[in-house]
Amino acid sequence: MKRYICKRLFMMVLTLFIVATLTFFLMKMIPGSPLGNTMKLTKTQQLAVEKQYGLNRPVWQQYLSYMGGLLHGNFGMSYQYTSTSVAELIGRRVGPSILISLQALVLGVVVGIILGSLGALKKGTWVDTTSSTLAVIGISFPSFILAILLQYYLGFKLGLFPVASWDGFPSTVLPTIALSAVPMAQVSRFVRTEMVEVLNSDYILLAKAKGLSTREVVFHHALKNSIIPALTLIGPLAVTLITGSMVVENIFSVPGIGELFINSVLSNDYPVIMGLTMFYCLLLCSIILLTDIVYGLVDPRILSEEKGEH
Amino acid sequence: MKQPETAQPFEFVNADVLHNHSGELAEHSLSFRTKAWRELKKNTAAMVSLVFLTFVVVVSLISLVWMPHDPNAQNVSLSNLHPFQNASYLLGTDNLGRDMLSRLLYGTRISLMIAVFATVVDIVIGVPYGLVSGWCGGRVDNIMQRIIEIISSIPELVLIMLLLIIFKPGLTSIVFAISLGSWVLMARLVRASAMQIKSADFVLAAEAMGGSPVKIALKHILPNTMGVVITRTMFTIPAAIFLEALLSFIGIGVKAPNASLGTLLNAGEKGFQFYQYQLWEPVIVLSLMMIAFNLLGDGLRDAFDPNTKG
Repeated sequence: MKRYICKRLFMMVLTLFIVATLTFFLMKMIPGSPLGNTMKLTKTQQLAVEKQYGLNRPVWQQYLSYMGGLLHGNFGMSYQYTSTSVAELIGRRVGPSILISLQALVLGVVVGIILGSLGALKKGTWVDTTSSTLAVIGISFPSFILAILLQYYLGFKLGLFPVASWDGFPSTVLPTIALSAVPMAQVSRFVRTEMVEVLNSDYILLAKAKGLSTREVVFHHALKNSIIPALTLIGPLAVTLITGSMVVENIFSVPGIGELFINSVLSNDYPVIMGLTMFYCLLLCSIILLTDIVYGLVDPRILSEEKGEH
Repeated sequence: MKQPETAQPFEFVNADVLHNHSGELAEHSLSFRTKAWRELKKNTAAMVSLVFLTFVVVVSLISLVWMPHDPNAQNVSLSNLHPFQNASYLLGTDNLGRDMLSRLLYGTRISLMIAVFATVVDIVIGVPYGLVSGWCGGRVDNIMQRIIEIISSIPELVLIMLLLIIFKPGLTSIVFAISLGSWVLMARLVRASAMQIKSADFVLAAEAMGGSPVKIALKHILPNTMGVVITRTMFTIPAAIFLEALLSFIGIGVKAPNASLGTLLNAGEKGFQFYQYQLWEPVIVLSLMMIAFNLLGDGLRDAFDPNTKG
């Protein structure tokens, strides 16, 4: 186990290093400089600005100092928000993103488990049809359109929630709902499939034969065993939430990192783009590693299989 | 053992017969496909989706040669007409007096084209990669899997946006950005499938008869991964449609005067308070297409792999 974790941690550091290097050189490859539009600057001013951001040095020196900075958690300075460091910017923005993502995760997972297990328990009835339909719509219906519709109908027309402000819990409700649709659908489908399989297994038959009530069978045996495999969903769910939060934050003007990323892309704020890419990468790697470790602890068979495979 | 000359339909055949009938496996996979098709036909939702999608494709093709109006022709005196208000503009006009129906046809075609091309590139990269990785195994597989791990540690949307910053904007760059961001999953599925088939008896037989590894990979493994590839394609296309819509909606995708479902959504959202049909029309087209592709994909997955049936 220890060796496995060490190996994975080493892979993670290597991954982050490669991603950092690639993004750095990709950003250098882009024609033009961030000062391209500021034609009004005189030559001396341009040189001064370039010096301020270290753009006058050779690329390999810039690379070394960038990588050195990364080791100290220094992602450079933002072009767009003057005299703000990228790390500070991310630190200031990460809270709202995590808040709505976690809320959406909890909402999506809870509703998803309920819908999925109801579908499996009442397989073939209208309950199953409804839950499956909801899941298909949840997966197919683009989350950013859901966000627009929620914003207009619940926020603007009915005035139930703030439309585009960031002020306490009410303003998080609509982004959370919009963001939770896809996780809800993913979890619901997964749990349904697992549960159908579990319900057909021998140990459920045994539990029933022992004379346990349906409720006991469902809660003590079926649900537990259907949810453990759902741990593998955490990685994909994290990607879903990162993707979803970008647009949802953009639509509801949530001051989070997703909105920051899109704004930086639109305004070519390279240090922020690079910093956020590294941040997302680190986040995703850590989540996947943690899931694998937890999964390995819960179900040791997986770990030995992985060992055998590589 | 039996004499090959007198082989009856249900007799065991020895290796010579297999060798002489090189078409054997092609026949096998054909009957497998027929079976899958028969299975799919039983699935009403998938069949309705298939008919609907065929209809969309045919209409898009017709729109290449004929559309009610030029989708880019502006007629300001007839701007913001509601649907059915004017017989010549069945679905109304937008804020510049452009025919909504023509723009929808045009936008759907562009979106479909982007999605289909992105999926083709996705297959062209993902299938050989997965095949080589799964078939060769060992060190090659190990290295190729590490590369995939590194790529997939960057969230898909982040990767696509990074690529879009670097490429020059245009339809081709969107196609490549989307497919370069999404081929990893295809490669993983093909690899898993190839590894599974690798241990099948007929591969062992082919190896024992001295078939070259390349020939076995192309002739025996590849055709048998097709079920996985086709199923995955049905999920890649809607994912690409969604990504295109998302990127164009944010403003880094398809640029004017080109229209896609994403740019139509973007335009529709701006005037949504006053002219709701301008958003609802592309929303309905997009959602129906997404739902249809997902239902068809589900149907195909069940048809190709009876084990996953709930």
